[in-house]
Amino acid sequence: MEAVAHPDDLFSAAMADFEETRFKGERAWVGGMRRAGMTSFSKIGFPTAKDEAWRYTNPASIVRTPFRLFQESEPGRIESGAIPGGEAPRLVFVNGWYAPGLSRGTFGPAVAFNLRQAMAAEEGAVQASLGRIAVPLRHSFTALNAAFLGDGAFVRIPRGAIVEEPIHLVFVTSPGAQPAASHPRNLILAEPESQAKIIETYIGADADGSSAGPTLTNAVTEIACGEGAILEHTKLQREGSAALHLHRIAAAQGRASRFDSHNLCFGGRLARTDIDVVFQAEGGECSLNGLFVTHGSQHVDNHTLIDHAKPHCVSRELYKGILSGRSRGVFHGKVIVRPDAQKTDAIQTNKNLLLSREALVNSTPALEILADDVKCKHGSTIGQLDANALFYLRARGIGEEDARAMLTYGFAADLASRIRVPWVREEVERLLGGRLAGALEAA
Amino acid sequence: MLLEIRELYASVGGNEILKGVDLKVDYGEVHAIMGPNGSGKSTLAHVLAGRPGYEVTRGEVLYKGMDLLAMNPETRAREGIFLAFQYPVEIPGVSNVYFLKNALNAIRKHRGEPELDAMDFLKLTREKAKLVEIDEDLVKRPVNEGFSGGEKKRNEIFQMAVLDPTLAVLDETDSGLDIDALRTVASGVNQLRNPKRSMIVVTHYQRLLNYIVPDFLHVLVEGRIALSGGKELALELEEKGYAWLEKEPPSARSAVPGARGTERSPAEI
Repeated sequence: MEAVAHPDDLFSAAMADFEETRFKGERAWVGGMRRAGMTSFSKIGFPTAKDEAWRYTNPASIVRTPFRLFQESEPGRIESGAIPGGEAPRLVFVNGWYAPGLSRGTFGPAVAFNLRQAMAAEEGAVQASLGRIAVPLRHSFTALNAAFLGDGAFVRIPRGAIVEEPIHLVFVTSPGAQPAASHPRNLILAEPESQAKIIETYIGADADGSSAGPTLTNAVTEIACGEGAILEHTKLQREGSAALHLHRIAAAQGRASRFDSHNLCFGGRLARTDIDVVFQAEGGECSLNGLFVTHGSQHVDNHTLIDHAKPHCVSRELYKGILSGRSRGVFHGKVIVRPDAQKTDAIQTNKNLLLSREALVNSTPALEILADDVKCKHGSTIGQLDANALFYLRARGIGEEDARAMLTYGFAADLASRIRVPWVREEVERLLGGRLAGALEAA
Repeated sequence: MLLEIRELYASVGGNEILKGVDLKVDYGEVHAIMGPNGSGKSTLAHVLAGRPGYEVTRGEVLYKGMDLLAMNPETRAREGIFLAFQYPVEIPGVSNVYFLKNALNAIRKHRGEPELDAMDFLKLTREKAKLVEIDEDLVKRPVNEGFSGGEKKRNEIFQMAVLDPTLAVLDETDSGLDIDALRTVASGVNQLRNPKRSMIVVTHYQRLLNYIVPDFLHVLVEGRIALSGGKELALELEEKGYAWLEKEPPSARSAVPGARGTERSPAEI
């Protein structure tokens, strides 16, 4: 064990929880996975600021807090109406545990219920994939998630099925008085030739965040995109102001499959999302779209890795950050083109808008090309609102605040317009500019 | 009197550009301002619109009897001042109609008029788009993004038509336009001429004034109005150039065509 455990840090809290926690009705193989996760976690230890992957996001605030596991018996406080998405069907989890009372509806031909139930009802499918897409190797938080593998969402889109209704998975963090953690694990299996849209929403139950203790969400989502499958995955994160949020999304793409990701990040005190996509066969396409908007002293980190392991795959990545106050943003995007991945076509772009002098963003796009017949480019920009544009709008009678909001909205409008689920797009427009929502509809 | 500029001095980035401009514009009048490069034509236009960074160091500007210089740019626009930009700005992600509807309603609110709803606004834009012969697709696209030079200038006049200003300042609206585009833009401007609306047309070339015939013409040289006259002055300028209006004797500079001193001390003409 590399890490030194202090009596009041996350490591010791996790050790104590692991000793004390017995999940009811746990299958033997799940217990085995949890023990393996704990072993990996103990070996790897937590990252430090010296780790390249954590260079701009100091893990100390996560590691030094003794987050104890949210117990299943603890009821969360959330009003059903506080969950976005209107009347649409959904699966809801509170503090990592399935909440049947808040969940409703079905999803057409898709099989969707909580992972614990799936471990019995879909045992073969779950056992074959769980932990094989997001491998814990070198990822201590993935290992920690595995050690507390209790519940989460399971979605299987049967072969050839086309699911019209978006599958909405909601994760609510409802803080208690003490620092507490949840480790949701989601498994999404898009079988060959299937099509579906999946939305993962992370919200805090504390609208004001005033009286609540800090929380840690340490989620892992594994996605298998089968041959010819088309999957749209949207993550909408607006956790509370005291929340720490970690989420690793790992997707493996089969032959000629398509994976579109929208990573929309608004909340949390510290939020980090890692998205790893690997092309396991030829002809795949993926698009990674990301938007993060930070205020005050928020810190948001987005790490993406696109692994062009096979030839003839196309990846498009566009991440935009809008930062104000003293907030910090990190974008690290890596595209690897393996030696035999000829005819790879990859474009990666990161653009950032700083709305205050104190806001800061670290942008590191990276290409690692080991093949010789490829089309790849990447770029990164950091800028402020254009003074000429601001004057142009004001010279037409638009007030300064409105002009700023309009330009800020315009900066993100291309990403918003790519969101196809109407309520998600409306939510993003609302979060972007309040009354300026509807700019696209007016066109 | 709609506009009265008295002894106006203005600096940009510490450089004094306007050095005592006097100008009066009454309702319904069209004034042309010509002058060589760097004489302060565009600076004057931007000072009237209230561009940040353009510092007025002396003088005053009365607009409808009010202190124009005390108003921020949006208030000036809401009071009826419109600047057609020499270089219209591209605004990605914000559609022309959305932008213009917000602008118009901000102006209407200021005047105490009810905001236009989507249907009335659409009707208005269709009518005005015809006036300047602008493609309705351009109207729906993000502001000026990917527009040609001519389309951008046409879009400025389209905005002017929709916003219905009292005082329009056209800053080199003709530059970069071919003759067809120039005719279209000028025709749009002429249709907007009326006894309640005044215009200041800033141009580098006499050509525009064949199409937009001014009531008065002023020549700005080194930050001051060196000469004022009627429209016939334009032809004289075309023939003689500006050199004879600058401080050095014409004979001294005719020996070196195109040469222009930049460090001459200000002096009365």
